[in-house]
Amino acid sequence: MSMKLTTRQVDGVTILDLSGRITLGEGSVQLRDAIRDLLSKGQKLILLNLADVNYIDSSGIGELVSAYTTVRNQGGELKLLNLTKKVHDLLQITKLYTVFDVKDDEATAIASYTRA
Amino acid sequence: MEKSEEEHLTGQQASRITYTLESSLESVNKVEQTAEQMAKKAGIDEDEVFRVAMAVREAAVNAVLHGNSYDPDKRITASFENTGESLVIRIADQGKGLDPDTLPDPLAPENLLRGSGRGIFLIRSFMDEVHFKLLHPGTELTLIKHLGTSQTGT
Repeated sequence: MSMKLTTRQVDGVTILDLSGRITLGEGSVQLRDAIRDLLSKGQKLILLNLADVNYIDSSGIGELVSAYTTVRNQGGELKLLNLTKKVHDLLQITKLYTVFDVKDDEATAIASYTRA
Repeated sequence: MEKSEEEHLTGQQASRITYTLESSLESVNKVEQTAEQMAKKAGIDEDEVFRVAMAVREAAVNAVLHGNSYDPDKRITASFENTGESLVIRIADQGKGLDPDTLPDPLAPENLLRGSGRGIFLIRSFMDEVHFKLLHPGTELTLIKHLGTSQTGT
């Protein structure tokens, strides 16, 4: 039921590979802690790989939005990679699809970040 | 986990299950899984099963989190009925009561970046009918998905 999260670095961008569910009390807290941890280490270019996220609820959507605004407010960039159809549809319904920078290719996503 | 369960089975067309559950995330998961099983059993397609299960999960989250505020002395009640024409799910809490007319629109530009406030919107998007009833104390949401149609309320 829970979410798994692993971190890797590619060309100055931190990629979080998430899998499972981002929901209230499960993935949401893990995601929030991971983002906070990265920002505290000065890693502000963040790519969330959601390829294996098969479920997200309103709490998880809220967490993605909070992560996005938190990173942006600290001068960083957070983008989304490889949305599943369900997550894509949810972001469309909630009008968030155009808020997020959504990519479907990792190399393109990595190249799209603004480096200082 | 403290819980009591009643089942009323009145034949294949109409069946109703009622759970009284404590205000916990385990209850939310149980309610969601029950809704998913019920929707699958009703033979609706996979996308609709997902929508029903998610709407019911959101209603249960509202009941546990916003209604009962995880109060160990308060319970949520969830009933599941397949009338043959519709899936009817009722989720009730013992909280202060929710007035749906006071909820901010999560699609309004000024609310788009809020970290919460999308639950009721998603419920309304995914079900064919949603009704609110104040219980004094508490709120009961009735979620209805008509069978035999594949369109959603979006």
